[in-house]
Amino acid sequence: MLRGKAFKFGDSISTDHIVPGRLLRFRSNLPELAKHAFEDVDPEFAKRVASGDFIVAGENFGLGSSREHAPLVIKMLGVSAVLAKSVARIFFRNAINIGLPVLICDTDKIDDGDKLEVNLKAGEIKNLTKKVQLSFSKMPGVMLRILDEGGLIPYIKKYKSFNVKPGANSNRR
Amino acid sequence: MGKTLAEKILSAKSGTEVHAGDIIIVPLDLVFVQDSTGPLTLRQLKESGLDTIHNPKRTILFIDHSVPSPARELANDHMFLRSFAEEKGVILSDIGEGICHQLVAESFASPGDVIVGADSHTVTAGALGALATGMGSTDVAIAIALGKTWLRVPETIKVVVHGRFAKGVYAKDLILHLIGQMGADGATYKALEFGGETVTMMTMSERLTVANMVVEAGAKAGLFPSDSITRSYLASQGRGKQYIALQPDDDATYESMIEIDATQLEPTVSKPHTVDNVALAKELKGVRVDQVFIGTCTNGRLDDLGIAATILEGRRRHPHTRLIVAPASKKVLLAAEAAGYIKILVESGASIVPPGCAACLGAHQGVLGDGETCVSTANRNFKGRMGNPAGFIYLASPATAAATAICGEITDPREVW
Repeated sequence: MLRGKAFKFGDSISTDHIVPGRLLRFRSNLPELAKHAFEDVDPEFAKRVASGDFIVAGENFGLGSSREHAPLVIKMLGVSAVLAKSVARIFFRNAINIGLPVLICDTDKIDDGDKLEVNLKAGEIKNLTKKVQLSFSKMPGVMLRILDEGGLIPYIKKYKSFNVKPGANSNRR
Repeated sequence: MGKTLAEKILSAKSGTEVHAGDIIIVPLDLVFVQDSTGPLTLRQLKESGLDTIHNPKRTILFIDHSVPSPARELANDHMFLRSFAEEKGVILSDIGEGICHQLVAESFASPGDVIVGADSHTVTAGALGALATGMGSTDVAIAIALGKTWLRVPETIKVVVHGRFAKGVYAKDLILHLIGQMGADGATYKALEFGGETVTMMTMSERLTVANMVVEAGAKAGLFPSDSITRSYLASQGRGKQYIALQPDDDATYESMIEIDATQLEPTVSKPHTVDNVALAKELKGVRVDQVFIGTCTNGRLDDLGIAATILEGRRRHPHTRLIVAPASKKVLLAAEAAGYIKILVESGASIVPPGCAACLGAHQGVLGDGETCVSTANRNFKGRMGNPAGFIYLASPATAAATAICGEITDPREVW
């Protein structure tokens, strides 16, 4: 069970907003980079966020650059999950690969500062402040298994390769 | 059941009949990183415990983003990449060579290839009929070790373009128009496949410009057929033997179809701070511009510099507008020099910076001042992208950029011809 408060962002938050290119020199110094996370959107974010808190965003969160440093600094600051209406493709894979859950749900029902409780296994998000319950979309099986292992590195350490059977995971429409 | 280009390429590579929605394991023809994602990739590779490089001759470390290094930390990152390349025998592309996506097009990508790179603009190689996509450092680390990755076969949106571009209108205007129409998430998780008679007439450089920006609509890949243009381009790079023809099946299933009449397009500009926030250049007359930047993996090729030189020949940049030009590769720089473009650009007041990403990503070589405005031929205009959240970035074609440099305000290039 994950518990924390919501940090609400709008639509189209790019990985440039999360870790700006001007801080490129800190890419190999993640603790320093984390101090600047989201600073062009919310200069106080890195100071205010507490362990367990949630990023709650609108459409197309994490668009743009493939920099995995974006989900890494989010995780490093203690954020337990990213909740968004939709999320860009590369960010989605990156977050799951480092063990940061990304949950696609109707974030209009969450305001900044709301207290949330998330049950990943049951697929439930409770907004304790508003007393409403939300559900989130299921992610592909291969991503769930990577997330279950805590990310792609622990997954590979365990299986040594991808244990996806060809054709076994089709989600053709 | 007919196949899209994405389905054809992924079926051939995976050795099974695959269709949109399938999750597959696919072997990779090329894996690469660049200097801003590479150090993390190599640390993740070490962490994985997989002490193998599946194919060192098809694994490339590009040093292109911050070149030459503007900071000690980045110089140390570069040292790390160089020492890894030496130790493991993978290919190193060091400073002076150029931008990864341009070099992949010139020297590595072939039709039918499956390519992953730790850079979102890896999609650029779709211009050659390669299924190329950007991933993060961890995915690419595992791809380097295993020589394969998992993918969901994307649904495809077909983009059919008819007619010739009018004078002053270019491939950049087409892709900015398309992104404006689709939105920045209009193709998320999907492939865009380009067709129609305009596409058959487009040069490889134009195709690279279009494929480069599909990720700005969220796409996983942007695919062009492999045809006579592809064959001539590969031959021009000394890689004629790597040509194979590649066309989608006539009865392929597309998620949707977009038709564009190229004759109706006009010089198009993305306004701050999102790529899909498009307007026509003529509607933005009067927007004062402090800096013009011509270059990048989107528009830093020989024809791009040639278009700018044609417009700037015998003219000067506006006194309040700086002009920065970055050739996309060493080959482009040498060819632009031989064609006389560099002389024209320098005489018009341009600063020529070394082949590489230059001002695009905000680390160096043209960071904006507070409140300043830049017209750039790059692919992103997010707030802070060029190193200052108090800057304003407009994206445009090299022609619009060059016309703007002369006039000091956003200018439709047809006004200065």
